Amino acid sequence: MHRVVNREEVQRLMREGAQLVEVLPREEYAEEHLPGAINIPLKELDAKTASSLRKDRPLVVYCHDFQ
Amino acid sequence: MSPRAAWRLESLGFTEVYEYSAGKADWGAFGLPLEGKGTQSVRIKDIARADVPTCGLSDKVGTARRRAAGWDTCIVVNEERVVLGRVFKEQLDGDPGADVGDVMRPGTSTFRPNVSAAEMLEYMDRRHHESSLVTTPDGRLVGLVLREDVERAATPGS
Repeated sequence: MHRVVNREEVQRLMREGAQLVEVLPREEYAEEHLPGAINIPLKELDAKTASSLRKDRPLVVYCHDFQ
Repeated sequence: MSPRAAWRLESLGFTEVYEYSAGKADWGAFGLPLEGKGTQSVRIKDIARADVPTCGLSDKVGTARRRAAGWDTCIVVNEERVVLGRVFKEQLDGDPGADVGDVMRPGTSTFRPNVSAAEMLEYMDRRHHESSLVTTPDGRLVGLVLREDVERAATPGS
């Protein structure tokens, strides 16, 4: 089961090679996103769009805030 | 939104999934770097004066006045650099033997580091402020932004 992490843990995971995924719409991603994050809008998240992600590395998903 | 995404990714066979629920609002509010076209505008963290003088609650006004030489304010912080209040010229010019904690203004407004210079200027214009405090969401002092710096940063081509 996935775990909720805070900012410091995200920074540690990034150093360890985690993949960052922003699930907001493309326009919001284009405006601002975390360094190195890729964009898979939640509405498009399926086996096909997730195929670019590696299963052997940690994944951190985020949106704007607690929404 | 991110909880649904985390659950969906797990259903797709990803076994090490984390959810950063505070998201990019939290990231930006702490002044951490972001990428994207919106990051090209100047943020107040970029122009905040980190060398603004500080003092403690139990310091005397005379001490704060000495530290604030060349400034018209001194920021009252605790040992964690969390902002507790602010003393202005009016208080700095007062009784040098008074405790800062007794004369400071505790209710001063603070702004997050990722506020743009344009937004800051709009606020300063509306409230007739000459300077504003920049803090992290947990109240730690980043610095003081001055109107002159904000105006320069918010004016295209300056």
